[in-house]
Amino acid sequence: MGRYAARRLLQMIPIFIGTTLLIFLMVHILPGDPIRAMWGDKAADPAQVAALRHEFGLDQPVWNQYLDYMANLFQGDFGRTFGGREVVDVMSEAFPVTLRLAGLAIVIEIIIGIGLGAWAGLKAGKTVDSGVLVFTLLVISVPVFVLGYLARFIFADELGWLPPNVQDSTDFSQLFLPAFVLAMLSMAYVARLTRTTFAENLRADYMRTATAKGLPRRRIVGVHLLRNSLIPVITFIGTDIGGFIGGAVITEGIFNVQGVGNLLYRAIQTSEGSTIVGVVTIIVLVILLINLIIDLLYAVLDPRIRYA
Amino acid sequence: MRGAKSAKWVACAITVTLAATACGGGGSDSSDDMNKGKADPKGIVTAQLSEPQNPLQPANAKESQGSRVLRTVFAGLVDYKPGSTELENINAESVKPNKDSSVWTVKLKPGWKFHDGTTVTAKSYVDSWNWSANVANNQTNSSWFADIKGYEDVHPEKGKPKSDKMSGLKVVDENTFTVTLNSPVSYFAYKLGYDVWAPLPEAFFKDPKAFGQKPIGNGPYKFVSWDHNKLVKVRKFEDYKGPNAAKNGGIDFKNYTKADAAYSDLRSNNLDWIEQVPTTALTNYKQDLGDRAIDQEYSAVQSVVPAFYSKQFKDIDPKVIQGLSMAIDRDTITKKVLHGTRTPADSFVARGVLGHKDGALGDVAKFDPAKAKALIKEGGGVPGDKISIQFNADQDHKPWVDAVCNSIRKSVGVECVGDSKPTFQADLNARDNKQVKSMYRGGWVLDYPVNSNFMRDLYGSKAAGNTSGFSNKEFDELSTKADKAATLDETVKLYQEAEQILVKEMPAIPLWFYKVNSGQSTNILGKIPYGQDGDPIFTDVQVKQK
Repeated sequence: MGRYAARRLLQMIPIFIGTTLLIFLMVHILPGDPIRAMWGDKAADPAQVAALRHEFGLDQPVWNQYLDYMANLFQGDFGRTFGGREVVDVMSEAFPVTLRLAGLAIVIEIIIGIGLGAWAGLKAGKTVDSGVLVFTLLVISVPVFVLGYLARFIFADELGWLPPNVQDSTDFSQLFLPAFVLAMLSMAYVARLTRTTFAENLRADYMRTATAKGLPRRRIVGVHLLRNSLIPVITFIGTDIGGFIGGAVITEGIFNVQGVGNLLYRAIQTSEGSTIVGVVTIIVLVILLINLIIDLLYAVLDPRIRYA
Repeated sequence: MRGAKSAKWVACAITVTLAATACGGGGSDSSDDMNKGKADPKGIVTAQLSEPQNPLQPANAKESQGSRVLRTVFAGLVDYKPGSTELENINAESVKPNKDSSVWTVKLKPGWKFHDGTTVTAKSYVDSWNWSANVANNQTNSSWFADIKGYEDVHPEKGKPKSDKMSGLKVVDENTFTVTLNSPVSYFAYKLGYDVWAPLPEAFFKDPKAFGQKPIGNGPYKFVSWDHNKLVKVRKFEDYKGPNAAKNGGIDFKNYTKADAAYSDLRSNNLDWIEQVPTTALTNYKQDLGDRAIDQEYSAVQSVVPAFYSKQFKDIDPKVIQGLSMAIDRDTITKKVLHGTRTPADSFVARGVLGHKDGALGDVAKFDPAKAKALIKEGGGVPGDKISIQFNADQDHKPWVDAVCNSIRKSVGVECVGDSKPTFQADLNARDNKQVKSMYRGGWVLDYPVNSNFMRDLYGSKAAGNTSGFSNKEFDELSTKADKAATLDETVKLYQEAEQILVKEMPAIPLWFYKVNSGQSTNILGKIPYGQDGDPIFTDVQVKQK
C-alpha cells in the first residue's frame, strides 16, 4: 500500500510538468496583447507598452518564459498579476472560498443524493422510485445557469428567504443557495447511481445470506448493502470534488462568489498567464490527490481489493 | 357566485385606477418616498465596483473601476461642474495661462492637508507629475503629461529616461508652481480635471507599491481598506477644505463580477447604486424600480469607423460614407434594439461637452434611403458592394451591429455583415496591426469636456487615438490653429469649424450617445446626481436617516 501510494505520487511529477506546459502554451496563443488591452479603446503609449511587456517578461520567447516560470515556482514564487499583486496572495483569497462552497455542496450532494437513491433503490418499482427517477431526470436536463437564476429568483428575489448574493463567504447561510445549485446536478447523478446499485445488490447472494442469518434489517441495509453499494458512488463523488473546485465558474458568477471560478474567469478574460497557470496547476494537484485518496479508500470499503 | 366574484374584482380595479390617477396629479407615491425624510450625514453609501486592475495610484487608473475609487480619495486642482462645461477650482486658488497659453501658473489654496496630516504643496504636484510621467514607473496614463516641456527626457520612445524631472515644471514657492508646455494649449486647464494630475504625499515616494494598496490622498474621502475582490472602504475626511465636501459618511464599494448579481442586490436593498442595469432587465427595470430608475445621458459616443488603410476605403469618396450614414435608421435601432439605452448621435462631439453643437452632422445623420442611395452612387459606389463591421463578441455588441447591417442592406442594398472577434484584446490587436478588413466599432468616452477631445485626439493624423489611418491636412492645420488660439472661446469655435470639415470627410459614422441606465435603492434620499463621465458624484449622494 505504501509503495502504491509512493508510485502514484511520483506519477504526479510528469503530469504536473505536462499540464503547466500545456496551459502556458495555450495562454500564449490566446489572441491579443493583454498589456495593450489595458488602454482599451483609447490609444496605447508604445513606450509604456514596451516597458510593461518587459517587466512581465512577455517580450521573451515562450520557452524562456516557461523555464523562468518553473524556476520561480520551485522557489515558491507563482509570479505577479498585471496589477502587481502576488499570485499566491490572490489564490489564497480565492481557494478557501471555493473550498467552503464545494465542501457544503458535497455535504448536500451526499445527504440528499445517497438518501434519495437509497430510498428509491429499496422501493424499486414502486411510486417512490418512479418519482425519484422523474425528478432527477428533470434536474439533469435543465442547464445549471437556468437552475441558478431560477433558484435565486424564487428564494431570494421573490420569497426573500435567502440573500441573493454572497457577501461574506464564511457565512454558511449565504453560501447555502449557491452550494445547493452547485450540488443539484451531481446530486441527481448520485441518486440514480445509488438507486441502481442498491436495487442490484438487494438481489445479491450475500444479502440473502445476511437475511437468512436472521440479522436485523437495519444492519443488513446499513452495513452490508450500503458498504458494498457505495464503491461506484464514492468514485463519482471523488471526481466531483475536483469538478466543483475547477468548474464552479457558472455558479460563482451567478451568485457573485469570489472564489476560484471567478478568479479563473477574470484571469482568462485579461489573458493573465501567471494567474491562469497558477490556479490550474493547483486544481490539477487537488484532482490528482483526491483520486489517490479515492483509490486508497476502495481497500477500506472492500477488503477484496488489494494494492500490490 | 362566480359572476358575483368577478364583478367585485372589476369594482376593485376601478377604485385602484381612480386612486392612482388622483395621486398622479401631485407626483406618484414612490417619488414622494424618495424625497421624503432627512439626510443622515453619517450614512454610508454602498456602490458597485469590480476589482480595480491596477494599484490605486492616480496615474495608473486607465479603467473606470480604479478611477472611481481614486476620484473620491484625491482632489485635483480643478473639476468640472456637473451639467455644465464650467471649470471649478478645487485645490487650486487659480490656474492662469500667459499670453499665448504656453506657460501656466498654478496657485494652490494654502493649508490643505493630505490624510496623513502632511501639507499639500506645489512640490506635491510637481513630484507627482515627474514620477508619473517617468516611463520606468510603468504608469498606464503617463502620456497625459506629454504636453509638458521635457516629457521626452523622462519618457523617451526607446531606452532609459535621461532625467527624472521634466524641465517644464518649476516650483516657485510653497503654494505656486509653473508649467511650461511644448506648444500652446489654450484648454490645458481643462485637462487638469483628469485623475492623473493629483498630488502625491511624501509617503508615496518611499514605497509606491505599498501606497497603491493603501493610498493617502487629499480628497473628500479617506481611504480605509481594500479587501481584494470584496470591498473597498472610504470614509469622509472631516478636515476636507474643498467645495465638494461629502454629504454622506463614506462609501463601501462592493465587488460584483456580473451585472445581474448587482441588480439583484439593488432590488433587495443590499446595494444603493449599480453601474448598469443588466441587458436582461433593460425592458422592465423602469417598472421594477419606478422613480428609482436612472436613465441619463453622458458624454460618450459610439461610431462605426472605416479602415482607411484597407483596399476598400483607401481612395474612397466621402460621399459613399455619408450615404452609408444616411442608410442607418438610428431612431428605430436605439429604441427597438437598444431599448432606449442610447440616443441617436447628431454630431461628432457628445452632448455636455464644451463646443457641442446640436445637429452638427446635418442631413448626414438623418435616415433617408433614397438620398443615401443617390450619394453612394455619386461617390462611385461601395467597392465590392459589401462591407463588414468588426466588433468584439465578449461584449453585447452583436445585436446592434446586426441591426445596423440590416438597415444598410435594406435601404441601399449594400451587403453588410458583422465581423466578430472573440475578445476585446483580439479586436484591438486587429485595429493596431491595421488588419481591419472594412469597418470597425469605435467608442469614445470624454477625458475632458472640450470638443477637441472628440476630434483632434481621435482624427488628427498623428493623434494617438487615430487607428483608422484617417488623415486630412485641412483638419490638421485648423486644429493646430485652434490649439494655439489665444482664448478658449476661440479654440472651441475653431474646432466647431473643424467639425464641419469632418462632416465633409467622414472619418467615422457617429451612431449614438451613451446613457447611464442604472438604479438606486430606497436608502438614498433624492436622485443620485451624475457627472459628465457617467459616474455618480458620490460626494453629493445623500443617505436617508433610519
